[in-house]
Amino acid sequence: METMNSTDKTINPTAGEATPDATTATDRQYNENDFKKGQPRWCPGCGDHSFLASLQKAMAELGIPPYKTAVISGIGCSSRLPYYVHAYAMQTIHGRAAAVATGVKVANPDLTVWQISGDGDGLAIGGNHFIHANRRNIDINMILLNNRIYGLTKGQYSPTSPRGFVSKSSPYGTVEDPFRPAELCFGARGHFFARAVANDTRHTVDVLKTACRHKGSSVVEILQNCMIFNNGAYGPVYTNEGRKRNAIYVEHGKPLVFGENNEYGLVQEGFGLKVVKIGENGITIDDILVHDAHCEDDTLQLKLAMMDNEHGFPVALGVIRDVEAPTYDDALHAQLKEVEQQKKYHNFMELLETNDIWEVK
Amino acid sequence: MTEGMSVEELREVVIRFSGDSGDGMQLAGNIFSTISATEGNGISTFPDYPADIRAPQGSLTGVSGYQVHIGNDVDKVLTPGDRCDVLVAMNAAALKTQIKFAKPTATIIIDTNSFKETDLKKAEFKSYDYLEELGIDRDRVVACPLTNMVKEALKDSGLSMKAILKSRNMFALGVVCWLFNRNLELGREFLRHKFAKKPEIAEANIRVMEAGWDYGEHTQASVPHTYRVESRHRHPGRYMDITGNKATAYGLIAAAERAGMQLYLGSYPITPATDILHELAKHKSLGVITVQAEDELAACASAIGASFAGALAVTSTSGPGMCLKSEAMNLAVMDELPLVVVDVQRGGPSTGLPTKAEQTDLLQALFGRNGESPMPVVAPKSPTDCFEAAYNACRIAVEHVTPVVLLSDAFIANGSASWRLPVADDLAPIHPHYATEAMRGKYRPYYRDPKNGARYWAIPGNEGYEHIIGGLEKDGTTGEISNDPDNHNRMVHARQEKVKRIEVPDVQVEGDAGTADLLIVGWGGTYGHLYTAMEALREKGHKVALAHFEYINPLPKNTREVLLGYKQVVVCEQNLGQFAAWLRANVDGFAPHQYNEVKGQPFKVEQLVAAMLPLLDDDEVRQ
Repeated sequence: METMNSTDKTINPTAGEATPDATTATDRQYNENDFKKGQPRWCPGCGDHSFLASLQKAMAELGIPPYKTAVISGIGCSSRLPYYVHAYAMQTIHGRAAAVATGVKVANPDLTVWQISGDGDGLAIGGNHFIHANRRNIDINMILLNNRIYGLTKGQYSPTSPRGFVSKSSPYGTVEDPFRPAELCFGARGHFFARAVANDTRHTVDVLKTACRHKGSSVVEILQNCMIFNNGAYGPVYTNEGRKRNAIYVEHGKPLVFGENNEYGLVQEGFGLKVVKIGENGITIDDILVHDAHCEDDTLQLKLAMMDNEHGFPVALGVIRDVEAPTYDDALHAQLKEVEQQKKYHNFMELLETNDIWEVK
Repeated sequence: MTEGMSVEELREVVIRFSGDSGDGMQLAGNIFSTISATEGNGISTFPDYPADIRAPQGSLTGVSGYQVHIGNDVDKVLTPGDRCDVLVAMNAAALKTQIKFAKPTATIIIDTNSFKETDLKKAEFKSYDYLEELGIDRDRVVACPLTNMVKEALKDSGLSMKAILKSRNMFALGVVCWLFNRNLELGREFLRHKFAKKPEIAEANIRVMEAGWDYGEHTQASVPHTYRVESRHRHPGRYMDITGNKATAYGLIAAAERAGMQLYLGSYPITPATDILHELAKHKSLGVITVQAEDELAACASAIGASFAGALAVTSTSGPGMCLKSEAMNLAVMDELPLVVVDVQRGGPSTGLPTKAEQTDLLQALFGRNGESPMPVVAPKSPTDCFEAAYNACRIAVEHVTPVVLLSDAFIANGSASWRLPVADDLAPIHPHYATEAMRGKYRPYYRDPKNGARYWAIPGNEGYEHIIGGLEKDGTTGEISNDPDNHNRMVHARQEKVKRIEVPDVQVEGDAGTADLLIVGWGGTYGHLYTAMEALREKGHKVALAHFEYINPLPKNTREVLLGYKQVVVCEQNLGQFAAWLRANVDGFAPHQYNEVKGQPFKVEQLVAAMLPLLDDDEVRQ
């Protein structure tokens, strides 16, 4: 048994004994190495490697120190990620990362909390916590590493695998429809949804930073291949070249254009969206829809998020929805303060006095 | 006191108020017990309410009861009593279902206005002569046209008929207060305080209560005499009436304050534990955080997150909820994080008997998890003891950096007793086992304190203590993931050893310690009944002792010595022998008798005595 002497002063920030060298987020520069730890053990070429690098870079650029950062994951390949981040971290149990992260944030709101889950962890066994974290709007960054497969258990279909998907547990193809994470997020009244491709690192870094700065639950869906069990899950979107024609980078306030030379755009038609070519049929850049991530009504944001190559649309990448709303943690702590001012009892002995008391002499 | 009537002095008396769920029996009983306690009596109460959401009015399944036991010696009133001396039955269904809780000699107070043909039909009586049908001696019945008199008393009040009828319970209370010569002024005070925001309701209730008293006094209520319960052994001090669930909540609050920590409760509503959530949700001015989670799993998981972040974390539930929490509880075992899991046991398995009490979760608390998963278990023995037990569960959790199970049950959780208010000095200091300044920069999560085997707790927000914990086995030195067989073996033992080394007080032997022919052994919420049974046997001239356990894991150090120190031992519990099995596993050669009953109802002292007498009288049984 390893032991250590405990005679000296103990630490306890919750009791108000701030550590003497406590630094704030702004007065010290960090680089990604400050957040690196250990040697990742994922398969070569796995999207988890590039995502980890993007996350560490985003953390450094955000400037929030490792000791004010908590990384909470569940179970699965991607949930091993916290072992490779220098911060406070917990790898929890299957599906419960969002619930644990909720407790961390509520109990210690000064922390920046990252929740790392895969599609199985976040949407199958942990689906309930995913929707409720979104509904509550707890200020955590919920990263959903979606490879549409169960990798750690060696290749079963996941709740995001397409209908008919052949895997070890569906040798004749699945007979069920997948979740589309954005739909679930919006359906649960989520206020932030973004999407990035794991190997598109610079874009991922920017998306993560925006997600972190958003107050409230921020869902970031990371599209990634599983080299072993689901290579090619995202088709052409997985390469720089492919993304030019098959993906659209959405940005708030900017027209929704894509293509090699931004020659294509999105317009509204009827109840839906339509891809048009700028310059053809009298279409000009002024006809193109301008992205509004801050729009409270999520109708068009959902349409963007649902676009796929199979239906002739580009896959939307970037911050699709980013709407300010009261957060659970803020509201909870505000209520504590408010009631503290209203009520006349502020410690246990005073609480006792609020009861009907009699005296036996 | 009524002129011309004698007053008989009683040592103790049991009164049961019963009526339809909407008849306000809990309130009437509560006021009566508070008045009695204020006069210095010992009290113990037992609300017995139906599990139905809202059974049809007047039906047999909709009957709600509130039993209160008062006595002249506060040290001797430890149970709500087996059967009552006075039964108040507000309607036909109540009389039919509750008469079994009355002694053959009991005085029965009924509202004859609620025994009309339709009432009798709803209560499934076969004839109009309901007393005959139930075999009740008419001379014992105070047959009172209660509803009519309530209407009469409030006819000028301006209240609606609905509001008038709601105060019927106060009439019954008034009659009972007259019968026991209680100080009505205390009842008036209680009502004025309770309905402070609705003074007209308070005054109407008071008028009806007084009408009940007057009815008794004028008619002498067909009883030979009234009664008085004096207060003999009184312990001076300030008191309040408290239920086990409220005492649990108070214990958690006190512990958090003493430890200098923020209290966090993650919970999901479940009978009979929900009142803990209700109570804690009120006390935001004390900085108490309550999160009503989306399910039991999230309730426990969020508490683990809160604990990781530095709060005193608690999750409260009942048996079915603990099943759902068990995976997360195991994470807390592996993480070695402080966590208090409150299980207010109810009848099982599955949904079982949600409002009734059993002790059937003991082995679940000890073993209901995968792997070697040791967890301290503490079981309060009475409603008021829930305070201390909850306090100590928190102290163990944060000082030994471990999850702890607090095993309460529906009986003590809903039951109440008068509780002497603690003073600040009564509360033992709590020293959370935090990482030290010297560890900054070189902290590893599984370094252990040589004194108690606990790891050091480092709270996020402090620079130089960044670390990861989680469900995977870790190397005891580096804290990295490890599959090394010897390391795993060491860690399994270290976790076990940590729990083993928690210091708990010796189990006390009460009664004829050392000389008893029979040692009664119990644990948790059955203490009052077992103690009373022991006293009853001793009054019969037998030498009997009681060892009642509050610390289940680890067991007290003197357990072996106590258990093997008596010729005969009987382990009594409301399950099929779970504690007996645990004791046999821990004490070689321990071969007790067992008394097991799983009815969802508290033990009956008379049945305990009847079951133990043969062990004391019959030599053959002794061999």
